[in-house]
Amino acid sequence: MTTVNTIQDLANQEYKWGFVTSVEDDQLPKGLNEDIVRQISAKKHEPEFMLDWRLKAYRHWAALEKAHAEPKWANVKFPAIDYQDIVYYSAPKQKPGPKSLSEIDPEVLRTYDRLGIPLLEQQKLAGIAVDAVFDSVSVATTFKEKLAESGVIFCSFSEAVQNHPELVKKYLGSVVPYADNFYASLNSAVFSDGSFVYVPKGVRCPMELSTYFRINAAQTGQFERTLIVADEGAYVSYLEGCTAPIRDENQLHAAVVELVALDNATIKYSTVQNWYPGDKEGRGGIYNFVTKRGKCLGRNSKISWTQVETGSAITWKYPSCILMGDNSVGEFYSVALTNNYQQADTGTKMIHIGKNTTSTVVSKGISAGHGQNTYRGQVKILKGATAARNYTQCDSLLIGDKCGAHTFPYIEVKNATARMEHEASTSKIGEDQIFYLRQRGLTGEEAVSMIINGFCRQVFRELPMEFAVEAQKLLGISLEGSVG
Amino acid sequence: MSLLEIKNLHANVNNHEILKGVDLAVNAGEVHSIMGPNGSGKSTLAQVLARRETYQITEGQVLLNGKDLLAMKPEEAACEGLFMAFQYPVEIPGISNAYFLRAALNAIRKYRGLEELDAMDFLPLLKEKMRLLEMDERFLSRPVNEGFSGGEKKRNEIVQMAVLEPKMAILDETDSGLDIDALKIVAKGVEAMRSPERAILLVTHYQRLLNYIVPDYVHVLVNGKIVKSGGAELALELEEKGYGWTEPAAATASR
Repeated sequence: MTTVNTIQDLANQEYKWGFVTSVEDDQLPKGLNEDIVRQISAKKHEPEFMLDWRLKAYRHWAALEKAHAEPKWANVKFPAIDYQDIVYYSAPKQKPGPKSLSEIDPEVLRTYDRLGIPLLEQQKLAGIAVDAVFDSVSVATTFKEKLAESGVIFCSFSEAVQNHPELVKKYLGSVVPYADNFYASLNSAVFSDGSFVYVPKGVRCPMELSTYFRINAAQTGQFERTLIVADEGAYVSYLEGCTAPIRDENQLHAAVVELVALDNATIKYSTVQNWYPGDKEGRGGIYNFVTKRGKCLGRNSKISWTQVETGSAITWKYPSCILMGDNSVGEFYSVALTNNYQQADTGTKMIHIGKNTTSTVVSKGISAGHGQNTYRGQVKILKGATAARNYTQCDSLLIGDKCGAHTFPYIEVKNATARMEHEASTSKIGEDQIFYLRQRGLTGEEAVSMIINGFCRQVFRELPMEFAVEAQKLLGISLEGSVG
Repeated sequence: MSLLEIKNLHANVNNHEILKGVDLAVNAGEVHSIMGPNGSGKSTLAQVLARRETYQITEGQVLLNGKDLLAMKPEEAACEGLFMAFQYPVEIPGISNAYFLRAALNAIRKYRGLEELDAMDFLPLLKEKMRLLEMDERFLSRPVNEGFSGGEKKRNEIVQMAVLEPKMAILDETDSGLDIDALKIVAKGVEAMRSPERAILLVTHYQRLLNYIVPDYVHVLVNGKIVKSGGAELALELEEKGYGWTEPAAATASR
């Protein structure tokens, strides 16, 4: 039937970001041991406290690895990863810490242009400051000076370690400790760069901040670490995007993101995740094993996560909020799409500790092809969290009859004044919906794309404008050929 | 040449023949009504013309403006000027009425080589049509048909028809489920669409809609075939005598 063909066509659209840039790399040999950790730290001229922290993390991880203590509870299947077969440090060769864009390898600049992330001054997106991370290191941060005028620090993690060690020392690991979980420990030991943001007291960050991650080199893992601190009364909106070349082997991406919001501060963190998802038979693709967590440390603070996950062979990620401050607010808005043989086990944790804390969870899962999509969410109301509230909504949309949608909500309430709401639904795109839209003049693909955008609306409206447009296009492309 | 020409149309669903040789010619400027008892194939005929793919055409030919309608996809038929008001309008959660209808109008305009309308040009047009159907402006931003009452859904179909300005409009049981006030509003909307360039095909079970939209021709469909054709007075005769009255004719026709 034509409907089937339409959905097939839609799902078979190619991954458009799969090219490889040819640049000279500065790589460490494959494999992981204490010496590699020391070399990474040395390459980055890190102070003693950083090396100590990395080594503690490495030893913790090595013990877990020896005991085969990788997390096995997620609803995903993949062959065991050989951690000695991965390159842990790869950087495009250049003078350390480029002072201006003219010092960056033109090939790297061209890569970002092809990805639609122009770094050259005259082409910069109005009002968005970008930090570009290529393989393991940050290659450029734009609008730095302008941000500095208002006191905002936005730089690569490596620079932060050099220039603001006191802030790094105070907050690194304060939300995700090095022993948090297997992948977080691995990241803590070997992370090579990432972004750092500090917004001082009372400052509303004058523009959107954005990091664009790109894995280029083969057989390389990307381990970046992002730390964002919003001081009292501060506001910041941060965007994250990512792509990778098409490769037959799986590549590991194990990132950590830590957010800290002090009294009356707000952090809005948006992700459009578009790592290479593997081919139609499920060969290749990124293993996206990421720990993201925010701590609402202060009263009336707010942390809001919005994610659109269309890429990666496997996604394992639970952007969470620890609501410590009284009246603090945590939000999680998510669209996760799995097509072909992609697997996603994603959701959130909302830990209510302070009084009058509120959390909202809206999860939209779309499964097509042989995709398997799992929502896993935990809402925990601790004893002292008087009058806590949670609203959770998780909706699944199935396209075709070979995919799966799974929902695992965990709710734990230790204070009787809590109010909890949980709604869930599962639906299929109906032939009648597609026919209705086609009768009005839209093609089958346009019809499916419209139905899906409608399904995701609650999440898209949380994204900054440019990102919302990108996310809508991305869903259309990721689904090409999948409707049936 | 007629705007719509149906010749010996046979259609199956799941190998079961529903349409058994329908012949019908509709000229621009005319309003035709297809009447018939439940299960006679009325809705099938409407859906086949709108190119729903659940039906298999086994025989016959349909020309829309001289072009082979049966070779068209649903969206091509729409862009060629065919519109069907659905008996059961479908809900599209999360997509506003205004957004949906502008996308539809622009798809059709693009097909015809016309410039697409931006929201500024489109909204006044939509609001004007909504006033005609006495629909509140809050329906602009509400998701397509979601949470609409039966009557609101049917009025929304006519608003869409008024915006898309089809050459050939098919109304599939638009009167079903409407109270008398809503029926009058819908009829007024359809009447306003009457024009020398446009043809309208009313598919209905009951005569009452035809009190408000007086057709030029009435055809009676029984058991997949048109068994009787006449003027508006035929509808009244049917109302009085019931469909049973036509059945001997149907029996004769099927022999």
